[in-house]
Amino acid sequence: MASLVSMEGVTKSFGGAPALRGVDFDLRAGEVHALMGENGAGKSTLMKVLAGVHAPDAGTIRIDGEQVTVSSPIEATALGIAIIHQELNTVPDMTVAENLALGAEPRTRWGALDRKRVLRDAEEKLARVRADIDPRLPMRRLSVGRQQMVEIARALAEDARILVLDEPTAALSDREARRLFALIDEMRSAGMGLVYISHRMEEVWQLADRVTVFRDGRSVGTSEKAEITPERVVTQMIGRNVEDLYVHDDRAPGEVVLRVRGLTDGAGIGPVDLTLRAGEVVGMVGLIGAGRTEIARMIYGADRARAGTVELDGRPVDRRSPATSIREGIGLLPESRKQQALFPLMSIRDNLVTSALGGLSRLGVLRRRAIGDVAHRQMDALRIRSAPTQEVGHLSGGNQQKVVLGRWLTVGPRVLILDEPTRGVDIGAKYEIYRLINEQVARGVAVLVVSSDLPEALGISDRVLVVRGGRIVAELDRSEATEEAVMLHATGVAASGDQTNGDRTNGDRTNGDRTNGGTNGGTPG
Amino acid sequence: MTRTAPADASAREPADRPRPSFGQVWDRYGILVVLLAMVALMAVIAPNFLSLSNGFNVARAVSINAVLAAGMTLVILTGGIDLSVGSVIGVAGVTSVLLWNAGTPALVAVLGGIVVGAAAGLLNGLLVAYLALPAFIVTLGALTYLRGTAYALTDGQPLIAEGELGFRLLGNGNIAAIPSPVVVMVITYVAVWFILERTTFGRHIYAVGGNVEAARLAGIKVRRVLLKVYLLAGLTAGLAGVMFAARVESGQPRAGEGYELDAIAAVVLGGTSLFGGRGRIHGTFVGALIIGVLSNGLVLMNVPFFTQLIIKGAVIVVAVGLDSLKNWRSG
Repeated sequence: MASLVSMEGVTKSFGGAPALRGVDFDLRAGEVHALMGENGAGKSTLMKVLAGVHAPDAGTIRIDGEQVTVSSPIEATALGIAIIHQELNTVPDMTVAENLALGAEPRTRWGALDRKRVLRDAEEKLARVRADIDPRLPMRRLSVGRQQMVEIARALAEDARILVLDEPTAALSDREARRLFALIDEMRSAGMGLVYISHRMEEVWQLADRVTVFRDGRSVGTSEKAEITPERVVTQMIGRNVEDLYVHDDRAPGEVVLRVRGLTDGAGIGPVDLTLRAGEVVGMVGLIGAGRTEIARMIYGADRARAGTVELDGRPVDRRSPATSIREGIGLLPESRKQQALFPLMSIRDNLVTSALGGLSRLGVLRRRAIGDVAHRQMDALRIRSAPTQEVGHLSGGNQQKVVLGRWLTVGPRVLILDEPTRGVDIGAKYEIYRLINEQVARGVAVLVVSSDLPEALGISDRVLVVRGGRIVAELDRSEATEEAVMLHATGVAASGDQTNGDRTNGDRTNGDRTNGGTNGGTPG
Repeated sequence: MTRTAPADASAREPADRPRPSFGQVWDRYGILVVLLAMVALMAVIAPNFLSLSNGFNVARAVSINAVLAAGMTLVILTGGIDLSVGSVIGVAGVTSVLLWNAGTPALVAVLGGIVVGAAAGLLNGLLVAYLALPAFIVTLGALTYLRGTAYALTDGQPLIAEGELGFRLLGNGNIAAIPSPVVVMVITYVAVWFILERTTFGRHIYAVGGNVEAARLAGIKVRRVLLKVYLLAGLTAGLAGVMFAARVESGQPRAGEGYELDAIAAVVLGGTSLFGGRGRIHGTFVGALIIGVLSNGLVLMNVPFFTQLIIKGAVIVVAVGLDSLKNWRSG
């Protein structure tokens, strides 16, 4: 089959750091071609070369067999190339219709904006992506998934034949993702060439006709659909064999370290009871919005609890706040590293020691040599190969997450609560993070992991707590924790037999499970 | 979509290695280049400019604004602003002269002025940190009521020091042949530099300015940090007020009017981001020097006062514009 796009020997460096080292890549009409690889492996850079964002240092690009130079995004658009970036590129305060008309606004005879046509055009464009969106709504009122649909509609309206989707499902709900996949199928059938960049194996599995894996700025191989296996792709990505992605040694958990009793915010979360033992990983799973993050934050003291106690080694932790928790030996890796954990303008070193400065100073004066030593040691342990003075904002997502985790390893808490520890990181960094968690557990740290990645939660946990409606509704041992069992509890199917006491909860949540929720006594307030 | 992307795309390239680009070099030394260029220009246009005595003149004139800007840097690094520092100069100066005229020793009079400034800063800090009121509003209010206080303390009249003002050295004298305000300025900058670069408090200032929520979750007592920076801004403004009083040997209720803007300009010229988290104290120092050199040069060239204002304002906008142009190029 003839290639729609064919790129040969593409090379690109940024200030002496090679990002692409002679990459060949081809895209056929009517296929979905997935690109996989760790962050920084070169996938996005290659696509930005294709889209005219970066000029290549060397190499050729052919479209329909004809050599072209794409020296600007505008030229790319003219050649039928469109990229849907991870961070969407719309104007939030303008309406959907205005966004769709942006840059090519229809005018009336008098030169004024032709509002009627803007609206009519928008409806047509949205119909092409089968999106049921009111074009008069301001963009910001739409969910991320719908905004993405608008962007795709816009690309199609510009007659894009080559569409690059960079991590399109990162912020989508399951339903939105399914809708996107249906649209991708349709565009493929229409003969478009689609490039799909993703870390998610299942999606690639489901969608891709071919997969190309990148490592260190090189393409390490393209596989046809029939040859794709997760093991093969992972091995190609990290350049070594992975027996089992999820590291789980046999362990014998020790004494109870953390005991939570009746913790509630009085507004739908809790009461929650749970215990963590030294040297175990406990997974906290549930559907999005079930209240896992809220529970984690309340234990840490990031949000205030209305009632309930937290005991560490049998002693109650009073006046709970992040500062107190850290002093007592509880750490929290928050859900969003960008918004809640990272100091992007500060160096790796300063980010690593932020929570441990008390011990690394004398009378408030920094012990700089000690800080340098600690940072050096942590970076070795984390396997981050950068200068300690490097600004964290410039690191890849995986390395940023390792730095945030490293901050806690520097503190060395007894209890570590990890909220989505591997969200948005590539598979190599994931593996590293599992390894680091395991090291902590081996030292007797009690770890509570909140994860939306069910295989991950089940793979690394000794026990799993299922959260629904702000409460722990089931506790499953590693041996009985299957995805099916968890989903039954998480969706409430397992409890549908006794819905009669649902009136004890406030609001419209269906919560009536008393199968395994521990003590449900102690009403909020 | 794709057509608006290129400006910020390249910097996101996750090359985990520092590579000094033109932008970074300019970031670090650009403002120094501006200062040197300005000095060279002035030296050519105004022949007296490069003389030693004029150098001391500039330094002396710069010192009060520079001291003010040092404290302002701390506040702006946390993402805040302190508009009240100019009025603190008035209150603190008047207080110190009142104390002197009441017969207290010079040292007590000086400390009294500084303490009044610190107290004003403490109140700002309490309102900003613990009541979570917007800094702009809190300090705008303080700008007004502190000025009112300065007038009330003196019935609106300049307060002449009785006899020879005991601490006039702070404004006029020399310490080892160096003008004493310059010495005070240097000590202030060394102290602020030490706080920012060598103490946990300094790390916390950058952390709070860089990401408040992350700072809180990392166990930093954010409110305490905010309280302290406003306190310190008040304290340095109090010091500047005493220096002012010493220089004019009287308590002027109108002293320091509009100085907050020059201080903010020095901080921003020095490359500190008004959004917080990014900036260095030596940048502020250079920024204050630029403003001083510019004023001095314009005076030597006999440029009319109104024209001076126009030029100063334009230079600030252009310099900050160049700075953000750099951000636009590289990131």
